[in-house]
Amino acid sequence: MSDTAPKNYLNEQKGIKSWLLTHDHKRIGLLYLYSIMTFFLVGGVFAVMMRLELWTPPSDLFSPDTYNQLFTLHGAVMIFLFIIPSIPAALGNFVLPLHIGAKDVAFPRLNLASWYIFIIGALFAVYSLVSGGVDTGWTFYTPYSVTTSTAVVPMVFGAFVMGFSSIFTGLNFIVTIHKLRAPGMTWFRMPLFVWGLYATAIIQVLATPVLGITLALLIMERVVGIGIFDPAMGGDPVLYQHFFWFYSHPAVYIMILPGMGIISEVISALSHKKIFGYKAIAFSSLGIALTSFLVWGHHMFISGQSELAAMVFSFLTFFVGIPSGIKMFNWVATLYKGSIDLRAPMLYALAFLFLFSIGGLTGIFLGAMSVDVFLHDTYFIVAHFHYVMVGGTVMALLAGLHYWWPKMFGRMYSEGMARVSALLIFVGFNMTFFTQFMLGIQGMPRRYASYPEQFAPLHGYSSVGSLIMAAGFILMGFYLFYSLFKGARADKNPWGATTLEWSIASPPPSGNFDNVPTIDSDPYEYKTAAGPNG
Amino acid sequence: MSHSSDHPANLAHHFTEVEQQQESAKLGMWLFLLTEILLFGGLFCFYAIFRAWNPDIFHNAHFHLDVVMGTLNTVVLITSSVTMALAIRSLQLDQKRAALWFLWSTLILAGIFLVVKYFEYAHKFHLGQLPGKYYTFQGIEGTNPHIFFSVYFLMTGLHGIHVIAGMSIIGWLIVKTSRNRFSSQYYTPVEMTGLYWHLVDLIWIFLFPMFYLIG
Repeated sequence: MSDTAPKNYLNEQKGIKSWLLTHDHKRIGLLYLYSIMTFFLVGGVFAVMMRLELWTPPSDLFSPDTYNQLFTLHGAVMIFLFIIPSIPAALGNFVLPLHIGAKDVAFPRLNLASWYIFIIGALFAVYSLVSGGVDTGWTFYTPYSVTTSTAVVPMVFGAFVMGFSSIFTGLNFIVTIHKLRAPGMTWFRMPLFVWGLYATAIIQVLATPVLGITLALLIMERVVGIGIFDPAMGGDPVLYQHFFWFYSHPAVYIMILPGMGIISEVISALSHKKIFGYKAIAFSSLGIALTSFLVWGHHMFISGQSELAAMVFSFLTFFVGIPSGIKMFNWVATLYKGSIDLRAPMLYALAFLFLFSIGGLTGIFLGAMSVDVFLHDTYFIVAHFHYVMVGGTVMALLAGLHYWWPKMFGRMYSEGMARVSALLIFVGFNMTFFTQFMLGIQGMPRRYASYPEQFAPLHGYSSVGSLIMAAGFILMGFYLFYSLFKGARADKNPWGATTLEWSIASPPPSGNFDNVPTIDSDPYEYKTAAGPNG
Repeated sequence: MSHSSDHPANLAHHFTEVEQQQESAKLGMWLFLLTEILLFGGLFCFYAIFRAWNPDIFHNAHFHLDVVMGTLNTVVLITSSVTMALAIRSLQLDQKRAALWFLWSTLILAGIFLVVKYFEYAHKFHLGQLPGKYYTFQGIEGTNPHIFFSVYFLMTGLHGIHVIAGMSIIGWLIVKTSRNRFSSQYYTPVEMTGLYWHLVDLIWIFLFPMFYLIG
């Protein structure tokens, strides 16, 4: 056993086959991690190309048609290939069984299958990309998505296939959480990340099939012409919007809920203090999941739905603010009088608190009908969405990635470079997107390749910001890659955290726990507010 | 595995006892069935909306479905659900021959269902009672009668795909059963397939009155 390096899940088996046929949740988590990082790079390149085009008012770098494809592909790649699988399938797969004291997820083969299904779906999306792209926007609204000559069918089919991957991950997690908790791991002793994943999994299982059938109908409409979205044939294009948002609104909570779970972990661990309001945070995750199914109509205030429906949807949308606010206050209360360790995971968690507050509050503006009618389809929407998705989910993903990196690979990254990178991303992000709130209020509509001279200064700022943010990500890619080979060896608990994954070696052995642990205390039992390793 | 000494052969390494594994499989299967209901739920929604908008077309068009064939298929599918349940029961009693017999019956009944469906489809193809822009039939009053056939072919088509999937799984169960893979100690896959098959049956029980018996 103890020759040079202790046996762990990374070195016990070698060769490409041992990865492609693995049933180990940790390795599958890494397969997902590498996949989403690749697609994040692709989506990011599209984003930078867009910002370069928008640097100056005329559409000079790309033709307007190419620009339409750029924003569509940026959206579709980032949503379906990056953000939806990012936290649950990559970090969740790695951490969930460790958090509840299990040896693996309930269905390891299904877990591997879900990755292959994801890759097959992704291949269809890539095929669409190289065979003419898509210019409908990531929402594939009818009737345009039925009539455009671009490669809609492979992209939509790819999203359809990836939906099954998401369903299988969610199903696997629900069963794992119900049936594979270690002895003594009661529901209220589970780390809050697990609660976040549980709420996410419920949405994945309940909402994704509806997206599946919607996209299948869109394909049928385009290929066979069944007429159900075509007013000339007695169909209704607004029906498509209802179906699409019935999934896609809950889907934005698929993106944010696991992120909120990570923030709970990181804030508690790096302020060395018991989380404030454990049950409130746990139940607010379920509250958000439940409410998420009842608000889809707020995407459609100007689509011609009935005023009554719009009012009900608007009212219910305000409701989402309550559980989100509960979480926010509990996190801040956890920080209060904690022994705060400002290393990289905490920096990203603090960035999350700051940016998600802005994203969430502007969401309340947009939930108010009169304001939404004015701001609909402007850059204000773009800014709000990115404050929630990048300021929220991506910051949480980065917090989690930096937090669990030593556990995943047994190496520490350069803390100094991580801080520089966090700063670049934070500054670059705010430059890019805060300006877009202003552009939106001034009336700049989204999805245009050219714009009047008066918007040039703000667009210029935004474009410079995007390059600063890109520099931050490139630096991160560099130091993370470097750490894999030259990073200092991480001990098993570099943050002084109390959850179960920190009680085993870094990287963990293949079977996770030598002996099944018995749990007799809460997940965040910090005796005193001591420093790391204290 | 260090704990293999008291680890039964059918128990995967990450479970501690057989019961835990069985319950996990059951919960997973029920969740899967839930996703199936939601998948069809979208189509049920479509049906409800288009029927509410076009009550006359749905009424006029439904006369062109063959109630006799529909009823026959309903009986066939319900019978297949019974034989599926009996197959599980036989395995619980360790009666392998009976289990095989019932599984074969289920498979054959599913085949009969598809054959009947084939004749129904072929007849409609012949008359041009097809979805959307391929609709050429002249005999139904009202605007956009093709909508009825769009919804009809979508729903029965998706159901038919589920029947075919079920048949291939049952075929696999037949192979496994004849190789003595299942017994009263371990028959989880058969039980799970049974749950799936009952759902496929149940969906048809909704589809039949919705299309054939619009009164």
